[in-house]
Amino acid sequence: MAVTASSSATTAPQTGPEADARPLRIALIGNPNSGKTSLFNQLTGLNQKVGNFPGVTVDRKTGVAQLTPTQRAEIIDLPGTYSLYPKSLDEKVITDLLYDKAADNYPDFVVVTVDANNLRRSLLLFTQLGDLGLPAVLALNMMDVAERHGVNIDLPALERELGVPIIPMNARKGIGVAALKIVMAQRLDAPPVRFWQPDEQLLPLVRQLRYYFNLHNDYLALHYAQQYRQISFLSAEEKAHIQELTQQAGFDATAAQAAETISRYARINEILLETVTVVRTEKREPISNRIDKVLTHRVGGYLIFLAILFLLFQAIFAWAQYPMDWIDQGISGLSAVIQANFSGPLVRLLTEGVLAGLGGVLVFIPQIALLFGFLAILEETGYMARVTFLMDKLMRPFGLSGKSVVPLISGLACAVPAIMGARTIESWKDRMITIFVTPLMSCSARIPVYTVLVALVVPDQAAWGIFNLRGVALMSLYLLGLFSALGSAWALKKLLKARERSYFIMEFPVYQWPRWKNVALTIYQKVKAFVLQAGRVIMAISVLLWVLASYGPGQQQATAETQARQEAATKGWDAAETSRQVASARLETSYAGKFGHVLEPAIRPLGYDWKIGIALLTSFAAREVFVGTISTIYSVGQDADMGTLQQKLSAEKDANGQPFFTPARAFSLLVFYVFAMQCMSTLAVTYRETKSWRWPLAQLVYMTGLAYAAAFLVYQVLA
Amino acid sequence: MSLFRRSPQKAVISTATRRTAKDLRVGEAGTICCLEDPEMALKLLEMGCVPGVQVRLSGRAPLGDPLMLVLGDQEYTLSVRASEAATILLKE
Repeated sequence: MAVTASSSATTAPQTGPEADARPLRIALIGNPNSGKTSLFNQLTGLNQKVGNFPGVTVDRKTGVAQLTPTQRAEIIDLPGTYSLYPKSLDEKVITDLLYDKAADNYPDFVVVTVDANNLRRSLLLFTQLGDLGLPAVLALNMMDVAERHGVNIDLPALERELGVPIIPMNARKGIGVAALKIVMAQRLDAPPVRFWQPDEQLLPLVRQLRYYFNLHNDYLALHYAQQYRQISFLSAEEKAHIQELTQQAGFDATAAQAAETISRYARINEILLETVTVVRTEKREPISNRIDKVLTHRVGGYLIFLAILFLLFQAIFAWAQYPMDWIDQGISGLSAVIQANFSGPLVRLLTEGVLAGLGGVLVFIPQIALLFGFLAILEETGYMARVTFLMDKLMRPFGLSGKSVVPLISGLACAVPAIMGARTIESWKDRMITIFVTPLMSCSARIPVYTVLVALVVPDQAAWGIFNLRGVALMSLYLLGLFSALGSAWALKKLLKARERSYFIMEFPVYQWPRWKNVALTIYQKVKAFVLQAGRVIMAISVLLWVLASYGPGQQQATAETQARQEAATKGWDAAETSRQVASARLETSYAGKFGHVLEPAIRPLGYDWKIGIALLTSFAAREVFVGTISTIYSVGQDADMGTLQQKLSAEKDANGQPFFTPARAFSLLVFYVFAMQCMSTLAVTYRETKSWRWPLAQLVYMTGLAYAAAFLVYQVLA
Repeated sequence: MSLFRRSPQKAVISTATRRTAKDLRVGEAGTICCLEDPEMALKLLEMGCVPGVQVRLSGRAPLGDPLMLVLGDQEYTLSVRASEAATILLKE
């Protein structure tokens, strides 16, 4: 397997002082499903920077690879693409990066991942990159599968024809990665081979552009003529100039592009004729196609999809319960130990503020890990593409496409990456509708709220023999979110006018076992992001809230406490009841209590009191703060042994001494959280993706209005 | 450009003899002759639907749309909507 850099790439070991000035910058590029992500993970391991939150883009994943003991390189993972002519927003990142030599991030060279089974199609992108004059290494992936299928590749001949080093590899298993690193550590020159030249008729236009912009080759100049409208680094005047030139030359972009693609394929066929022989050993239908017969069956396909979704919810609710209980008990145990041994305001801040908030964050790690793990497995195996296929016809009446299904399902994890994921949808209208309704899908931040409230009012018993009643309640909430998303999409389809067509062409990835390393990496990154990003907000709000709930303006708290004690003395309450009344009186006169009271008239029709009002208010930063907030509010002044959150909530009494959280109140609150837009990050990402404040504002008003109306209805009917 | 046949409705060939990838029966194969819709053609070409390549309809989604097309002897599968497959003209 050891194919080293051939003579075609003049190699000079990177030593000397100027080479050390900055690490090599290498871009990974390739078709979707060519094993690019696996290779990226193999090269960089845990040294990755992936952001799912505003300010950090998901499109440009970067990582650091240790090529040799002394040399590191920065690796940029580009989105999968079939050519250098972007069809979706996602792919535009690539052209922006590769067309501007002066850009900060311009790569020193590219590693092109190529699926050895799909050489012809994969080489289309490769020849375009070669003609741009980019130094390149070809990572010939999935060699094992190709060999099994009887594809025989004459590597030295192919290397000669393409003019770049070729590393045969199996990125999933890490075979060939060492050889690739050795080649990557060299300084590569631009490839000497040209695969295609612009037509004679185009040359006058191409040359004009080339000299005007001082470009290093004709092919790049042609791309300026093709794509100037979308290139972000060109100024308005420059764009106007190119437009004038192309109009003068009578340039037909579509025809030129089609002609280029066809003649590239002709050239690629010549190359492959010389270098590749295929001996099909078996005429059997590939395994993947046979699996498709089952998984996309007209009845079975949908049943299997439903079963998988159901398994997902059971897992999130039932299986995650055990580790969640351990974490919950661990935190309250720690809190009790601290309170038993120390006292003072700082200890109260630590236990009632910090620890209560921290518990609210940590306890949801099992569920978030399970959810992201499940989604990663569906994506990894190639099943997600089949879901798109199954759902397309069903989604179209709602103004969505099959491609909207992936953002909607990812919306179950987090709306922020899901909304970014909508970039793969080419049609503007489909994309806007998908972005608008995705936040209605119940995201993982709602899990804490759902879990706590469902556990409070739904008994933990079996339903119809096999299902857990709480699992069924949880699934109903998710379905409510789904149906409201579909209904809203349908309404929006009627409102939006666009005569643009939508595409659905996509490749089916071959089924494969999930790479557990990739799944584990995804889980690790998502959990880390949740703990660090969301956790920080939750912690900060918890501490702030503790202060607001513990202190009040002037002498009001002291006065209220005295009144409560007098009342206790006259009515002859026992010590426990007295201290509860005192705590409640103090909270009511605190700063937080004041806020809650201001809000109370507005939310009383929904069944909420001022305490929930405080939680709703803080939830507008992020939903998951709800749990931390009520946890803090209800633990202020309570007994030290009052352990888990559920015990705290069950102990909450209304004015008549009955449990406060009746089914009516809990369900009203649940429905409110299903619909309400309570996530700054989502609003920010919607703004960024739609480039207009109209969309996030519409989301905020629409969803919160829907939440209020639905919660009102639920409370009035049930109470 | 012989690739595109513009305004197919007005073309001389009668619709009876025009066969597209959409008209294939499940399991049946045909050879791509040309692509009708210039804009759609760009996307189809990139994905390997080049004139001369064989396409086989390997299945339909449960509701009849989209279709699963297997391309060439390379055995990779594309999913296209029926309306998109209708722009892929087949050789007689």
